[in-house]
Amino acid sequence: MTDPNVLWVLGGVVLMSISAAAVGSFTLLQKRALIGDAVAHAILPGICLAFLLSGGKHPLVLLAGAAATGWLGLVTVEYLTRHTRLKGDAALGLTLSVYYGAGALLLTSIQRSGAGAQAGLDKFLFGKAAAMVREDVLLFAGLSAAVLIVLAWIYKPLTAVIFDRNFALTAGLPVRRLEQALSLLTVFIIALGIQAVGAVLMAALLITPAAAARYWTHDLRRMLVLACGFAAVSAAAGAWISYLLPRMPTGPWVVLALTLTAGISIAAGSDRGLAAAWQRRRQNRRKIDRENLLKCLYQLGEADGQPEAMRLHSEIAARRDMPPARLRAALHALRGEGLLRQEAGRAGLTRAGAAAGSRVTRLHRLWELYLTTHLDLPPDHVHEEAEAIEHILTPEIEAALESKLNFPSLDPHNSPIPAKRTLP
Amino acid sequence: MTTDDLLIIATGALVAVSCALLGSFLLLRGMTMIGDAISHAVLPGIAIAYLVSGSRASGIMLAGAALFGLLTTAGIEWLRERARLQADASIGIVFTGLFALGIVLISAYAGQIDLDLDCVLFGEIAYVPLDLWILPDGRVMGPVPVWLLGGLLLAIAALIVIAYKPLLLTSFDPMHAAAAGISAVVWHYILMGFVSAATVLSFESVGAILVLSFLTGPPAAAFLLTRRLRPMLLLASGAGVLAAGLGYGLAVWLDGSIAGAMAVVIGAEFALALAWHLYRRRTASAPPAEEPA
Repeated sequence: MTDPNVLWVLGGVVLMSISAAAVGSFTLLQKRALIGDAVAHAILPGICLAFLLSGGKHPLVLLAGAAATGWLGLVTVEYLTRHTRLKGDAALGLTLSVYYGAGALLLTSIQRSGAGAQAGLDKFLFGKAAAMVREDVLLFAGLSAAVLIVLAWIYKPLTAVIFDRNFALTAGLPVRRLEQALSLLTVFIIALGIQAVGAVLMAALLITPAAAARYWTHDLRRMLVLACGFAAVSAAAGAWISYLLPRMPTGPWVVLALTLTAGISIAAGSDRGLAAAWQRRRQNRRKIDRENLLKCLYQLGEADGQPEAMRLHSEIAARRDMPPARLRAALHALRGEGLLRQEAGRAGLTRAGAAAGSRVTRLHRLWELYLTTHLDLPPDHVHEEAEAIEHILTPEIEAALESKLNFPSLDPHNSPIPAKRTLP
Repeated sequence: MTTDDLLIIATGALVAVSCALLGSFLLLRGMTMIGDAISHAVLPGIAIAYLVSGSRASGIMLAGAALFGLLTTAGIEWLRERARLQADASIGIVFTGLFALGIVLISAYAGQIDLDLDCVLFGEIAYVPLDLWILPDGRVMGPVPVWLLGGLLLAIAALIVIAYKPLLLTSFDPMHAAAAGISAVVWHYILMGFVSAATVLSFESVGAILVLSFLTGPPAAAFLLTRRLRPMLLLASGAGVLAAGLGYGLAVWLDGSIAGAMAVVIGAEFALALAWHLYRRRTASAPPAEEPA
């Protein structure tokens, strides 16, 4: 950390990555994430041509060349997708590999011709942040900041275009121009970002932070902030490692850090992460277990006219097929809610429990009736459907069903539909 | 033209035809970018196989690469189905992550892995004539890659001849295939297994990225010229062979990457096919000339 250049490089790389993650969040939401991959590869011949034509490595000249062929690559993909029978993925693959092939041919040709200043060009493939000098860093960081400012400026209308294109069209927004502006920003930030991570892996800087952020939130602003944060941390880590190990290119380390972030987000993200989804599924399953148990006890009571009688666990298990552990958990939870009384080996509904059981039964039978009368399903086909839906019907739907069915008293199997009770 | 030139062109042609055949099915199934992902993702498999075996023993390399190829396919599928990630992002995350891992392994163990970044990026088809297969009794059988790629092409051709119908059905009409009792999933993984094998065997010749031009370009050009599968396979193979020959000439002339030059020729071939496609569409859609009264 004693070398002041390191801090400059670190700051520059972080700023570039933040801008790329912000732009990438929008292209991801547009479902055009892989466009960035094609553009990043298409940039390579531009850099070589700029070098050949100008005879030097002035960063602005190379940047202009990069942006030119990057844009050409993007136009090629869009043209092929719109005007030929080729699908999007083939258009992407073709453009990506042919432009990259042209770049590879030019680059190797330049290298073998032994042009004096050629040595630096291959750092555009995997990035070599540590090799940047302070003037370059300032230039690229400034341009990245400009990208961020433009993005903030068009943020509102752009959001409208991405989430509801038809609304944006009717609202009179310049939809086409906004989409082009986003494409232009994408090309530009890729041309900048390859300084940090290189052309080959640039796509990750656009896609991975945004995709990772999506697992934590569905709010666009929060997603943007998170994506930029992930990108900043990963970029700093990658640049730092490539500074410590001079043999190492920057890009792969940045990308590995990003992939790790994505892995953690997929596993643990609070909005769509696997753990959160698993937790929700488990809670849902437990709720269904509890409701099924209440229904079962209520219906046993219907049979002998004693809704609040104590019944043997074996009697319950015989009527309701449920793994013993889940049965025990459901019994325990219901007792905690005051819906159940328990003594050795037996359980019975409390008054509140009987009311709750009657509601589930009522929803089940209302739905069965609705399916037979309004969807013309035969009565022996409606039980399974009702088993699933009874747990998610809201009081509003319940009221609507009841009035639509004209306040019925019997279900299709001639069992009584319990009257609505106010839960104590 | 020397024997070496011919061997290089032959290697390129073998890669091109294998990739053209497999790529045609990828294109029809809308899975070109999964092919791209696999060609990147076999890199860590190759690197690990080098580290484990300490040599370029083809069996272990093939196994390692095939494993990672299938892992990639399954991983993308898993992210999409189970983690509910959109398709393009699943592809993007998986292949960049695995490719980065491969590059890091190669950079870190540069002394132990006989594979440099230039090879990964541009291929080293020019060295094919040096990699000779020498029998224990000292007889020289020619370059190893030519034998391997020839074997691969035979296997692919056999696959297409034997399994033409299920491949055709699952590509064009998965519903019909399912109704006929043909499992789309099984053929999906068989095809991906072959794509993995093709990318890893083509790897040293054309590198990780340029394989894609062979997988996409010739099939895409052929796709614009015909709507039928058999002519498409033949046209794509022909375009691949032509690109190998012309590309080698271009590379010698410019003194640059041979695989890169082949990709450029493929691009030119596609541009010609596109021009022809557009010309024919214009003449076909033009209103018929007025009959003289």
